[in-house]
Amino acid sequence: MADASATNRRTFLTRMAAATSTIALAGCSDLSQKPWVLDILGEVENLTRRAQRLFAGGHALAPEYTKADIAPSFRANGTLNPNTNDYNVHVANAFKDWRIDVAGLVDKRLSLSLAQLRALPSRTQITRHDCVEGWSCIGEWTGTPLQLILAMAQPKAEARYVVFYCADPMGEASLDASGNLVQPPYYYESLDLLEATHPQTILAYRLNGQTLPVEHGAPVRLRAERQLGYKMPKYVQRIELVESFNRIAGGKGGYWEDQGYQWYGGI
Amino acid sequence: MSETTQSVTQGNLGDRLRAQRDALVNRLRAAVGFAPREPRPPTYLFYRHTIPVRALHWLNAIILLIMLMSGLQIFNAHPALYWGNGSSFDRPFVSLTAEGTQEDFHGVTEIGPWKFNTDGWLGASDDSGVKSVRGFPEWATLPAASPNLALGRLWHFAFAWLLVANGLAYFAYVFTSGHFKQELLPTKSDIAHLPREIVMHARLRFPKGEAAKHYNGIQRMTYFVVIFVLGPLIVLTGFTMSPTMDAAFPFLPRVFGGRQSARTIHFIVAFSFVAFFIVHIVMVILSGTWNNLRSMITGRYAIETEKPHG
Repeated sequence: MADASATNRRTFLTRMAAATSTIALAGCSDLSQKPWVLDILGEVENLTRRAQRLFAGGHALAPEYTKADIAPSFRANGTLNPNTNDYNVHVANAFKDWRIDVAGLVDKRLSLSLAQLRALPSRTQITRHDCVEGWSCIGEWTGTPLQLILAMAQPKAEARYVVFYCADPMGEASLDASGNLVQPPYYYESLDLLEATHPQTILAYRLNGQTLPVEHGAPVRLRAERQLGYKMPKYVQRIELVESFNRIAGGKGGYWEDQGYQWYGGI
Repeated sequence: MSETTQSVTQGNLGDRLRAQRDALVNRLRAAVGFAPREPRPPTYLFYRHTIPVRALHWLNAIILLIMLMSGLQIFNAHPALYWGNGSSFDRPFVSLTAEGTQEDFHGVTEIGPWKFNTDGWLGASDDSGVKSVRGFPEWATLPAASPNLALGRLWHFAFAWLLVANGLAYFAYVFTSGHFKQELLPTKSDIAHLPREIVMHARLRFPKGEAAKHYNGIQRMTYFVVIFVLGPLIVLTGFTMSPTMDAAFPFLPRVFGGRQSARTIHFIVAFSFVAFFIVHIVMVILSGTWNNLRSMITGRYAIETEKPHG
């Protein structure tokens, strides 16, 4: 009996130590710096995406709201004004010369003016904008369904992602070690074809019935209503269909993704 | 449930720990004006917690800790709570902010019309040795440095899977083993005896003998609410914050009164878990730290031979 009790005690103390160290380890932020930890956490993102798609399918719509739900003032976030020389010329010109180019893995390249974009069938939706930070805002968006534009461009069979290139630089130009001027990266984002052809994914040019203001991405921003705000780039100038975004900028499929955010923005 | 009872005399360590525990209880009793307890009768070990319960309990403890700390990191990205679908930025009902100038600021917590100085704790605290504007302090968040929303989200959404898997494994176990009916489902008599049990708990008198082999009424009710109400609630309010899940299940934001309401409920439930955890630890200590810890590690709980209360 005394032996059994001693064994019990030893097992007890060993297990206690193991439990304590595991908990201490969990609190240790250093783990977050380890590549293998980030790899595992990143793999889980793919699992989350697949699971969410399983439930939401291709075309389940994000909830839509009524006029009464529209926020009195829609919060603007991220770039509030690209304020580059090029962009300011467009503002002065009321975006008459703004074009949206569609290129990459398509059979037919497009270059659409705003007038051409507005002439296409439009969709108006009152939806909830969910920021990755945690806040939400409801607004009414009008724009051209992206699936119409993609149908016009006829993506090639190997096209998997739609990349959006924007007019807003993220930061200031700087000098590198050898004194060369380095341009800041410009905002860009990407969706896969499933999300890009979702009926509520539109190139929006109106907010709450008004022409899209500069702070909200004039003249055209993307709305992808089942995604978080950072997946909906503003100031969209160029759309490219690609098989992979490995060779674009940081290779993660978006400006914030290159800073460590998840590519899948449905959660 | 297998009930292997074992009659053993306590080893020296057990006796010493028990003596320390008794001394602590007596000190606490003295502090609230009660007479010290009489020396305890001999004990025997009873197999109280099965392996699945013990394993899932400790896994859950680690998972919940990571969920809480990464959740607070996420919260720090926008440390304010609202009700409804959208955020009413000028009037959140809870917010952790800082007041003052760039050089000289202090943390404040606002709850409805009330404002508290919570400098050093909430709103503003040290971040790697530098005073910073941040909702929760660095010792409470994962990762510690803030803002680090991207990493906080990675941890949170990875461990959310484990939390759900662990919870489902536990549900599967309790419903197939009879544990649910025997130990978790509150009975009519639990409810009838609730006032008396509360008084007994408040007087730090815990069930002895046969009664100590099963959860008492307060435990059953508490565990029932935590596991079967708060657990599903925190998962569902978590789902509601995901725009894709709202597309898949549009009733979610409706049930919770909007995405921001769901976020607020998520936060309140998280802190209900914290409150439960604190009470849980206090009760573990008061009713016998080492005996309870041992029973959740080896499964064996020392039962005092029955004796009428003096």
